[in-house]
Amino acid sequence: MFLENIYLIPLLPAIGATFMFFFGRKLEKRTVSAVCVGAVALAFVMSCGAVWQYTHTYTNGQAFDKPMYTWLGSDTGHLTYTTKDGYPADFQAQVGFLLDPLSSIWLLFVTGVGMLIHIYSTGYMAHEGGYYRFFGYLNLFMFSMLTLILANNYALMFVGWEGVGLCSYLLIGFYFHRKSASDAANKAFIMNRIGDAGFILGIFTIAWCMGSMRFTDVNAMAHSGHFLIGDPTLTAAALLLFVGACGKSAQLPLYIWLPDAMEGPTPVSALIHAATMVTAGVYMVARSNAIFVLAPTAMKTVAIVGALTAIFAASIGLVQNDIKRVLAYSTVSQLGYMFLALGVGAFSAGVFHVFTHAFFKALLFLGAGSVIHAMSGEQDMRNMGDLGHRTPVTHITMFIATLAIAGIPPFAGFFSKDEILWQTWTSEHGAYIWLWVIGYGTALMTAFYMFRLMYLTFHGRPRMSHDVEHHIHESPKSMTVPLMILAFCSIFAGWLGWPHSLGGSDRFGAFLKPVFAKEAKVFQEEGKVGQLASGEREEEHTSGTEYGLMFLSVAAGLVGWGMAWRAYRHADKGYPEPIEVAAKPIYTALYNKWYVDELYDYLFTGRRKVRNVRLGVLGLGDASAWFDVHVVDGAVNGTGWTTRIVASISKWFDTWIIDGIGVNGPAILARILSYPFRLFEWGLVQWYALVMIAGLLGFVFYYAYR
Amino acid sequence: MVPISTLHYLVVAAALFVLGVIGVLTRRNVVIVLMSIELILNAVNLNLVAFSRMWGLHGQVFAIFVITDAAAEAAVGLGILIAFFRNKETVNVDEVDLLKW
Repeated sequence: MFLENIYLIPLLPAIGATFMFFFGRKLEKRTVSAVCVGAVALAFVMSCGAVWQYTHTYTNGQAFDKPMYTWLGSDTGHLTYTTKDGYPADFQAQVGFLLDPLSSIWLLFVTGVGMLIHIYSTGYMAHEGGYYRFFGYLNLFMFSMLTLILANNYALMFVGWEGVGLCSYLLIGFYFHRKSASDAANKAFIMNRIGDAGFILGIFTIAWCMGSMRFTDVNAMAHSGHFLIGDPTLTAAALLLFVGACGKSAQLPLYIWLPDAMEGPTPVSALIHAATMVTAGVYMVARSNAIFVLAPTAMKTVAIVGALTAIFAASIGLVQNDIKRVLAYSTVSQLGYMFLALGVGAFSAGVFHVFTHAFFKALLFLGAGSVIHAMSGEQDMRNMGDLGHRTPVTHITMFIATLAIAGIPPFAGFFSKDEILWQTWTSEHGAYIWLWVIGYGTALMTAFYMFRLMYLTFHGRPRMSHDVEHHIHESPKSMTVPLMILAFCSIFAGWLGWPHSLGGSDRFGAFLKPVFAKEAKVFQEEGKVGQLASGEREEEHTSGTEYGLMFLSVAAGLVGWGMAWRAYRHADKGYPEPIEVAAKPIYTALYNKWYVDELYDYLFTGRRKVRNVRLGVLGLGDASAWFDVHVVDGAVNGTGWTTRIVASISKWFDTWIIDGIGVNGPAILARILSYPFRLFEWGLVQWYALVMIAGLLGFVFYYAYR
Repeated sequence: MVPISTLHYLVVAAALFVLGVIGVLTRRNVVIVLMSIELILNAVNLNLVAFSRMWGLHGQVFAIFVITDAAAEAAVGLGILIAFFRNKETVNVDEVDLLKW
């Protein structure tokens, strides 16, 4: 009964959002919370039911695909086009829902974390204006996200994709009276549009190649052996899809919107910009795995971009002072990890990291929100300190999340991160060893900046003003209970993927196996045994190298912890930053985020100039404009001017020579010559008669007297 | 009493003709000019009828034609006159000098 009515899952939040849109303004806050939280909670229950029913009905991992109706194109073959290989294909996209292990996982954590964040928001937003607007947007977001997840074809997925982008824009700009917030919203929207352009081109390329946009058809085509590995068109399609993923999931070079997105309310940062929406890119790439494995170049690109993003963002996170910005860079960095995993073919490990990350990152953001709530809106960690015993629940839950993200066993992050690093190490016979080094460095940095955040916030000496200190209080139950539930998940979610080497059974990987199993086979046939999807390599998992790597990554976490402990344990007013002390130029570069925003200002926005000359794209535009005005328009005007001169000469010639001599000349001549004759014609009838009679008389007399 | 001979008719006709010519040449009103033309035509008619006493009926037949012609000419002339009056609001012949073009 849940699977048959799966369309209700996205529909419920949509109803909530519609209700808020039309009636929200008049409703009390209590009613608003009841409707919106209720809609998402019901969706969560429905999702649990649907996944439960799915796992019991389709035990072999076959996908449940329920088309509702044809939405784009026609199903009667009226809109046919020719595919790349010359076969006729119907242009058609359905509204239809696909449930397989991959979408099940996303479905569960999106509705689950979404519900917790909705509950949290009832406390966090209690004293804010626009309460109904906030919840309406949140519900609209849930609707879009669930559409994205459950879509059974790329076109419908794109609808959800754009929907979440819109909600992200609306919620980042929630405090739209603040210029920085509306700028950040614009930035996010525009960066996402750049990615979306790539995504939609990728969709068209796939439709052109495969003759269908439906996931099941595309996968079947990709597995059919019709396409060779490294097919250039498929590589282009995969790369274009990845451009879309880069925009949505904040990867280099499109990541810069995510840190600025922290202008939105904190629950939004937790829900959209940490746990769910930004993982949509990972979802899309994992969903398109059949195409990606046929395009090794694209896979390599994904892995390299992911690894670079991971360490790049982590390095910036080391020195940021805004508590939410640290977490934002941490999110970018962790998303980089996920793409690294996807890129080396460890799809299931990447998905696993998405899953665990959703819990601990949402928890970190909600905890940060709780801290900000306690600090009366203060976000700068330089003005915090010693909050530990005043906000105990926040402290303990955030500490658990920090352990999880730092990769300390047995918390959730350890299992997923370790799996990614291990898969990177073993990929293609160690071809990506440098990516492993980067990933390892990132792990070290992650531990450092997360414990730095913990120590600066909850330990050391209190550095806030007296008024703020007096006001510090633990958050209400509606906020702390979600924190506790998320903390529970941050501890135990990882256990679902307990690896075989540690005596577990990796149930997570086994669950996902049907989605990625075929890819593992493709890799094997190519002789790239090292680059396997998880679940195909039990015997390798027990090697000594794996234990060694596991030990190393735990050591990285502990070393990062220790370094942060040494530096920030007793942080008082004006505490020294160890990186600043050690290498001032590096600190300045990191503090200014490697000057990427400035670079983009030079290259793309034109807000920064060199002596009134804009560089980059706009500079090119200026140069083109100058060329247009002075050269092209000059040529045009020159031609026009020449034409006018020629025309005046021609006109003069026409007036005086043709008309004057040729046409009017004979007329004038005739007039002059005719003048004497015209004198006889004076026009009075009686004179004519007189002349006539005179003539008559003349003749008479002539003949009479001759 | 001298019997009325052809000569008498011719004298009367000549007198009528001269009266008509003088009328055509001297009067300004077009209506009177047209009436004078009728006089000239009737003088001719008188001649024709007078000569038909001597040479048979041809002259009288011809006179009938002339009368018909005079009626048609008067109709056309008066029509032109009315059209002209509507444009110029005058029937004075010396103000009508359009024929020079």
